[in-house]
Amino acid sequence: MSTRLATGGRLLNKSKPLNFTFNGKQMRGYEGDTLASALLANDQVLVGRSFKYHRPRGIVTSGPEEPNGLVGLGQEGRFEPNARVTTTELYEGLEAESQNHWPSLEFDVGALNKHLSRFLPAGFYYKMFMHPRPLWKHLYEPIIRHSAGLGKAPKAADADIYEHFHAFCDVLVIGGGVAGLQAALAAGLSGARVIVMEQSAHWGGRAPVDGGTVDDAPVEDWVAQTLDRLRGMENVDLRDRTMGAGVYDHGYVLGYERLRDHTPEDAGPRHRLWRVRAGHVITATGAIERPLSFAGNDVPGVMLASAMRDYVANYGVSPGDRTVLVTNNDNAYLTAIALKQAGLDVPAVLDARVLPQDSELVAKAKALGIRVVMGHAVSSVQGGKRVTGVAVCSQGGEGAVLEVIACDAIAMSGGWSPVVHLWSHCGGKLTWDGAKACFRPDQDHPPTGADGHGFVTPAGAAAGVFALDDVLHDAHAAADGVATSLGFKLPRDLTAPTAARREEAPMMPVWQMPQGASVKLREKTFLDYQNDVKVSDVRLAAQEGFVSVEHAKRYTTLGMATDQGKLSNINGLATLAGALDAEIPSVGTTTFRPPYHPISMGAIAGAARGDTFQPIRRTPLHDWHAANGAVWEPVGQWRRPYAYVQSGESTHDAVMREVTNTRQNLGLLDASTLGKLIVRGPDAARFLDMMYTNMMSTLKPGKCRYGLMCNENGFLIDDGVVARLDEQTFLCHTTTGGADSIHAHMEEWLQTEWWDWKVHVVNATEHYAQVAVVGPNARKCLEKLGGMDLSREALGFMEWTEGELGGFKVRVFRISFSGELSYEIAVEAGQGQAFWDALLIAGHDLGVMPYGTECLHILRAEKGFIMIGDETDGTVIPQDLGLNWAISKKKDDYLGKRAQQRSHMQDPSRWKLVGLETTDGSTLPDGAYALGEGENENGQKVMQGRVTSTYHSPTLDRGIAMGLVLHGPDRMGELLSFPGTDGKTYEARIVDPVFYDPKGEKQNV
Amino acid sequence: MSEAVTALKNARYDAGIATISEIGPLGMITIRGDLEAAFLRKVINKTVGLERPESGMCNSDGTSAVAWMSPDELLLICPHAQVAEVLSRLLAAFEDTHTLAVDVSGARAAFRIEGTHAREVLAKLAPVDLAPAKFTPGMFRRTRVGQVPAAFWLLEDGAFQVVCFRSVAQYMFDQLKVAAQPGSAVGHFSAP
Repeated sequence: MSTRLATGGRLLNKSKPLNFTFNGKQMRGYEGDTLASALLANDQVLVGRSFKYHRPRGIVTSGPEEPNGLVGLGQEGRFEPNARVTTTELYEGLEAESQNHWPSLEFDVGALNKHLSRFLPAGFYYKMFMHPRPLWKHLYEPIIRHSAGLGKAPKAADADIYEHFHAFCDVLVIGGGVAGLQAALAAGLSGARVIVMEQSAHWGGRAPVDGGTVDDAPVEDWVAQTLDRLRGMENVDLRDRTMGAGVYDHGYVLGYERLRDHTPEDAGPRHRLWRVRAGHVITATGAIERPLSFAGNDVPGVMLASAMRDYVANYGVSPGDRTVLVTNNDNAYLTAIALKQAGLDVPAVLDARVLPQDSELVAKAKALGIRVVMGHAVSSVQGGKRVTGVAVCSQGGEGAVLEVIACDAIAMSGGWSPVVHLWSHCGGKLTWDGAKACFRPDQDHPPTGADGHGFVTPAGAAAGVFALDDVLHDAHAAADGVATSLGFKLPRDLTAPTAARREEAPMMPVWQMPQGASVKLREKTFLDYQNDVKVSDVRLAAQEGFVSVEHAKRYTTLGMATDQGKLSNINGLATLAGALDAEIPSVGTTTFRPPYHPISMGAIAGAARGDTFQPIRRTPLHDWHAANGAVWEPVGQWRRPYAYVQSGESTHDAVMREVTNTRQNLGLLDASTLGKLIVRGPDAARFLDMMYTNMMSTLKPGKCRYGLMCNENGFLIDDGVVARLDEQTFLCHTTTGGADSIHAHMEEWLQTEWWDWKVHVVNATEHYAQVAVVGPNARKCLEKLGGMDLSREALGFMEWTEGELGGFKVRVFRISFSGELSYEIAVEAGQGQAFWDALLIAGHDLGVMPYGTECLHILRAEKGFIMIGDETDGTVIPQDLGLNWAISKKKDDYLGKRAQQRSHMQDPSRWKLVGLETTDGSTLPDGAYALGEGENENGQKVMQGRVTSTYHSPTLDRGIAMGLVLHGPDRMGELLSFPGTDGKTYEARIVDPVFYDPKGEKQNV
Repeated sequence: MSEAVTALKNARYDAGIATISEIGPLGMITIRGDLEAAFLRKVINKTVGLERPESGMCNSDGTSAVAWMSPDELLLICPHAQVAEVLSRLLAAFEDTHTLAVDVSGARAAFRIEGTHAREVLAKLAPVDLAPAKFTPGMFRRTRVGQVPAAFWLLEDGAFQVVCFRSVAQYMFDQLKVAAQPGSAVGHFSAP
């Protein structure tokens, strides 16, 4: 059984016990435990069921590479699926639940799948569930989804808060092991700004567990001293619990800091996403031990050798009473030695190698009385939910059992793979190191920055350098090179510390154990625990022609999901290479993509949630609208009142009331969102002649003109009223959505094409609150405010003036988008609310009511005025809309002129704007198409027009619409039929688009 | 005539690791023209008593400020009550040149971020190197803060002034509050 040892546990605070639950069962651990170590201390080796076969699975590792130990953590708003037990620090009250089991972890019905495993090979789903097609959606998928899968998606809103942080440094060191610390020290002493990220809560990486001496003192002391020195340096920021998640172009790196995962009750953000711009990145990310591929290597109790000594040394946990070590290298002997020294039994070490003589560690193990069997291997593991023994065979054979050794744990080591992920994210190349049987960074081909030079340098084990002394020297040299390239200089007397050397015998690559394992054994030999991919699956994929490693990955699911194959990749591709009779480097690796390890969605979102999910633009009158029944319509990022709903009214009622009141009495519209661009300079008039289809240079100061703007392809992009403020200055109104884009459009032409024209453009949109005062009583209302003569004689239609109105400094435009007597009045934004209040008081006896955007639409549609975005969609030219009157024929040029002369633009069969009137007074569905004769070449019904705007007009008490229709203006009075999506077909007559006051008498009083 | 009010009526938050306050109303004038022209320097100096700022800088005297916005644009800040007078003096001085001055006071909202963690609060939202050695008093930056365009400068250590469009004042205030929430100190700039 696994249990807590009486001694050991360098990371534990045994004076602080913590209570937690696993599947509802009460358990105890200590401060400093991970959830994994605490579970093992409570003899909970079985922690989950596998993805496909629901096989019992136990903890294999002690770090972020863990494939099996995934649990659901917490409840409700703090529920987190797929949390790794090895990276979850224990806290008081932690609640964990195993995943992918039904009905329980101990007894799982889905485990029947394992007996069917012969029938569930790679690609099984693809082959089996192809036909009949409809069954996939309704039968196969729901069942497979139920039986396969890991964590459940959280349902409640996340109760935590998250943030981002932008940081800049010269050198970013990722990894806080001895390599990272030495690199940080050297870089820091050179004067560079340094950030060091360590994913765990502890510094020093593996060194304190694996031991060794640096400058004649234990390596742990060196780690402590180095940390002290780094902490004393102002130019160095040490961040623990912070993982380097991804490396991107131009030295951009994402770091993932877990601030409150271990203290969830504390105030403050849970995670922080570091967005770092680094001059250079040093990846001191260490290496990950590889499992060995033998039958039953997934039975709970089989663990990586390094993880096992971590549990003993760091957490005082014994993973088993009797542990057999299986290895192909010297390093793993440290585990046998550590177990023995902790008073545990190690019945045998099965070493696949045959060494001519004992190396230092082998001799040490033997001296401790451990039986070392060379040239031997695991034939199969005995036990189901827990290891009970190991059947031993020769490595060179086919698995004939020589003896069975009873044990309750197996430590395995297949060698080490440098963590090359961050090196590779941005294009760093790898090279195969045959002696160490691993891919390591090819330092001649680093990821390159804008200057063509590499911006990532690996250090220590991440570079494929494993011996402590080599690691320290490599890290020092890496930092030296990086600092120098950035213009810093290491202190002259600074050298790398020296570590005592250990003589090690070479490792021997072992990709299959035993070497000639039978099919039967291979079918029980797991490469990828998380995705249940076996040696036999990869061989099958190769046999079926999936020879590319990327294809084999997708066919078998090797290396997918939350661990991204950190354990399985190298074994998998070695297996593939074996099946293809190819060399490992020629098979290559799959692509390493960020993040290195899953990061929370909350960290990615940062502050962008709730009120700050997205900026909402508010006019100066926003609060008044909100307090007065506004139903909002999003217009770009603005919120505009769609209508002001009074009690007892539906929204439709409110719109109808607003239209009628504005036509009969007085309406107020918040028009502040309309764009207001100041265009000024000696060449401003000439410039606007190019921007608009109309002639703007002939506009007199004091006058306004409606203008159309096209892009260079001739399509209508914006419209609005231009007022000439003085000889050199124009105020161009744009649509609400067009303010920013038209400003950019003008600047682009000025900066790229007409850079020598003397014109300035300023976006003054938000300086003003602008109110449209509309209706027969508009003038009376303004006269009550007093201060300006706004009579027909003093201020005619399409004129503007400035003055003081009711004590407010205003600019008044006499323009109308409603067909009524109408003024648009601009005041400084900070006085907008006061001015609006004054209008409401002045208009009180005149029937004043505010109106929203839907009323605005109906008013303009009754008048046949087009709306950018309704009548236009980026493919419509002004000529389509009958706006030829607004296109100057006197000008040599304007943007879009040439395009509008192209044959397609001149085509008489372009659909043209008309009014549409239903024969029964109903309202046409928006976007409906008019049916033509016959079918097109695709067998679809021919269309001859479509509805662009449609409303119920309370003024006319009937549906009115505008639409684009083939030869429309020539077909007045003809009937069209519009099938609706409601099954009904609407009949409408082609009419003039101006439904109301066609002579324009009302606006001109 | 009623007094102009700010978008958030001078809202304030001081429950977090830095104080966030909306200030103003301020007078703001956009100037566009040839920033290298000697007359422009003279006019700025004569009107508000400040030197034309170098690129990336803001010159201020506590009452008025002139900030470098782009190679042909300055932002002049003065007391709101004086904006009409300053503007008319500028317009008179610019008369015969191709130089623009326009009142944009109403278009903007302004905030102060104050306290020892001010740099960290802003660095959570703006992609700018705000290390004490890299962003010193008087430096000015046009950038984004969260999801909106903004500009800010360091008045003195521990005090930033942020300017954004008026329509997003509430968003700016809300996100600055999130960034300044209790328990969120980063310790990056104040690392010992």
